[in-house]
Amino acid sequence: MKHHLFWPLTVLALLLLFNLLYDPSFFSIKIRDGHLYGTLIDILNFGAPLMLVAIGMTLVIATKGIDLSVGSIVAITGAMACLTISKGADQNALGLVLTAVGLSLALSLALGLWNGFLVAGVGIQPIIATLILMVAGRGIAQLITSGQIITVTSDRYEYIGAGALFTLPFSIFIVAAVFAAASLLTRKTAIGMFIEAVGNKPVASRLAGIRSRSVVIAVYLFCGLCAGIAGLILSSNVSSADGNNAGLWYELDAILAVVIGGTSLNGGRFYLAGTVIGALIIQTLTTTIYMTGVPPEITLVVKAFVVLVVCLIQSESFRKTLTHRWKTRRYPAEKELTRHA
Amino acid sequence: MLKRQHMPIVVTVALFILIFIAGSFRYTGFFSAQVLLNLLIDNAFLLIVAIGMTFVIVSGGIDLSVGSVIALTTMISATLLQDGWPAGVVIPLVLFIGAVFGAGMGAIIHYFKIQPFIVTLAGMFLARGLCYVISTNTITITDPFYTSVAQTKVSLPGGTFISISVLIALLVFAAAFYLAHYTRFGRNTYALGGSEQSAVLMGLPVARTKVGVYMFSGFCSALGGVVFTFYMLSGYGLHAIGMELDAIAAVVIGGTLLTGGFGYVAGTLFGVLIQGVIQTIISFEGTLSSWWTRIVIGLLLFLFIVLQKLFSSRQLLQKRRA
Repeated sequence: MKHHLFWPLTVLALLLLFNLLYDPSFFSIKIRDGHLYGTLIDILNFGAPLMLVAIGMTLVIATKGIDLSVGSIVAITGAMACLTISKGADQNALGLVLTAVGLSLALSLALGLWNGFLVAGVGIQPIIATLILMVAGRGIAQLITSGQIITVTSDRYEYIGAGALFTLPFSIFIVAAVFAAASLLTRKTAIGMFIEAVGNKPVASRLAGIRSRSVVIAVYLFCGLCAGIAGLILSSNVSSADGNNAGLWYELDAILAVVIGGTSLNGGRFYLAGTVIGALIIQTLTTTIYMTGVPPEITLVVKAFVVLVVCLIQSESFRKTLTHRWKTRRYPAEKELTRHA
Repeated sequence: MLKRQHMPIVVTVALFILIFIAGSFRYTGFFSAQVLLNLLIDNAFLLIVAIGMTFVIVSGGIDLSVGSVIALTTMISATLLQDGWPAGVVIPLVLFIGAVFGAGMGAIIHYFKIQPFIVTLAGMFLARGLCYVISTNTITITDPFYTSVAQTKVSLPGGTFISISVLIALLVFAAAFYLAHYTRFGRNTYALGGSEQSAVLMGLPVARTKVGVYMFSGFCSALGGVVFTFYMLSGYGLHAIGMELDAIAAVVIGGTLLTGGFGYVAGTLFGVLIQGVIQTIISFEGTLSSWWTRIVIGLLLFLFIVLQKLFSSRQLLQKRRA
C-alpha cells in the first residue's frame, strides 16, 4: 500500500523535471524590489484561487456531493467587491475596501447556505441543486456589473491578489491560512470524521447520532466561502470584475484537482494535501504548455485525458479488466469460478 | 380523467400557454403565429440537443458534452467545407463522428462504471479542446448548399414561414417520440432509469441500451451542430458555450425526473419553447438585459425541481399507504 500522496507527487515531480530539462531557467527565482519573481512563484500565485476553490470542493465531495456553482460564486463575489469599491468616493480608503471584502464574503456564505439548504434541507441531488446557482449565478454576476467590466483603482484592494508579504505573493498566505484552518478543523477535531461518515452512509451516520444535515450545510457553506475568497483574489489581481468570464470553468478545474489529489467522487474519504497538489499539477501543466510554445488551447485536450486516465485508474472494474486476463491465464479454473459466482 | 403521471407535463404546457398569453396582453404584435414559429426557428438546435438529453436523463445519466460536440461539429464542417469537400459527405461524416463520440463515452460509463458526470465532463473538455486544435479562429462557411439551406423559408398558410432547421427538428422530435414510446429501446431506457439493478435481473440488454442512449445523444448533438451551422454559417470553438445547461434546463422544465426513469419527449419540446418564449419576452421588453434570461431560467429550474420533489414524495407516501 503506497502513501496516498505518492501518485500526485510523482506526477508533479515529473512535470517539474520535464520543465527543468526543457528550460532550466524555469527554476530561477530573482529578487527585484524586495519581491521574489520566477515561474515557480507565478505558479503558486496564479494557482491560489484554484487551490482555494479545490479545498472547499474536497470537503463537499467527501460528503458524496458536488458543487457546480463555485465558478459562478467566484464571478459574483468579484463583481460585488468591485462594485462596492467603484461606488466609493475614495477607492483607496481602508474602510471601503474592508466593507467590500466583508460584503462579498457574506454574499458567498449566503450562496453557500443556499446550496446547502437545497441539498440538505430540500433533499435535491447535489449536481442538480448546485446547477441552479451555476445557471442563474452568471446572470446575477452580470446583473451586479450591469453587463460591464467594472475596473477599480485601489491599491489596498489590489493587495489581496497582487500584493506581497515577506517577499512572497500575499495570496499564498491566504491559501496557507485556509488550508491550515481546514486541516486543523477536519483532522484535529471530529468534524473530519463526521464528514467522511456522512459521505460513506448518510443514513447510518444519522442513526449513529451525527447531525448529517448540519454537516452537509456546513460543508457547502465552507465551499461557498472558499469560492468567495478565490473570487476576491482573482478580481483584485486584475483590478476588475467580469461577470461573464471570471471563474469560467473553475468548477471543472476544481473537481479535476480534487480527483487528481486522490479523493474519490464516491465520497467518504478526502485528502486536503492531495487536493492542493492536484491544483498545483493543473497550474503547472497550464504554465508548462504556455512555456513550451504549444498552443494553449491544447490544455483542454490534455486535461480531458488526465481526467479520464485518473478516473479509469480509480475505477475498480477497469483495474479488474486489466488484471483479469493475466490472472486467468495462470489459473484457468478461476475463470470458470467467476462465471458462476 | 387526467392521469397522475401526466401531471408534470400538463404543468409545463399550462405554464407555456400562460407565459405566451401574458406576453400577448402586454406587447402588441406578440400574439401571432409567426412569433410562435420563431420560437422554433431560433431554438431548433436546442430542441434537437434537448431530445437527446431527455433519453440520457431518463436512463438515469447526464451528458455534459453536448455543447462542445456542437462546437466541434461546426468546426469540422467549416474546415472540411473550406477544403472543398461536398456538403453531402461532410454532413453524414460529422453525424457519424458525433455518434461514435457518444458511444465511446457510453461504453466507458458502462464497462468501467465511472459516473456519467465525470466521463461526459472529460468528453466536454476533449471536444472543446479539439475545436481549438483545428483552429482558434472563426471559419465562415460559403458553401452554396449551406447558405441556401440557411436562407430557404418554407411558407405555411397565413403568410407565415419556418426554416428547414425546424423541419429537421420536428422530424427528430417525431422519431424520438416513436423511439421512446413504441420501441423496445425506449422501454429499456425507461427500465434502466427506473432501476439498473432490476433491469439487469430482468435480462434486459443494459449494456446495449446504455451505450445506445449516449450514442443517440451524441448523434443528436452532432445533428444539432449541423443545424447550428446552418443558423450561424460559421465554425468557431466558442460556439454553444453553456448549451448543456440550457438543454438540461429544458429537459427538467419539461417534467423529466433527474433521477431517471420518468419523463416525456413531448415535455422537452415545451421546456424548449418556455425558454424561447422567455427570451422573446425579454427582447420585446427592450429595457431588460439578456442576463435576465439566465436568472429566470435558473428560477424556473428551481421551481420545477422543487415541484418534482413534492410530486415524487407525495407519490411515495401514497404507495406506502396503499
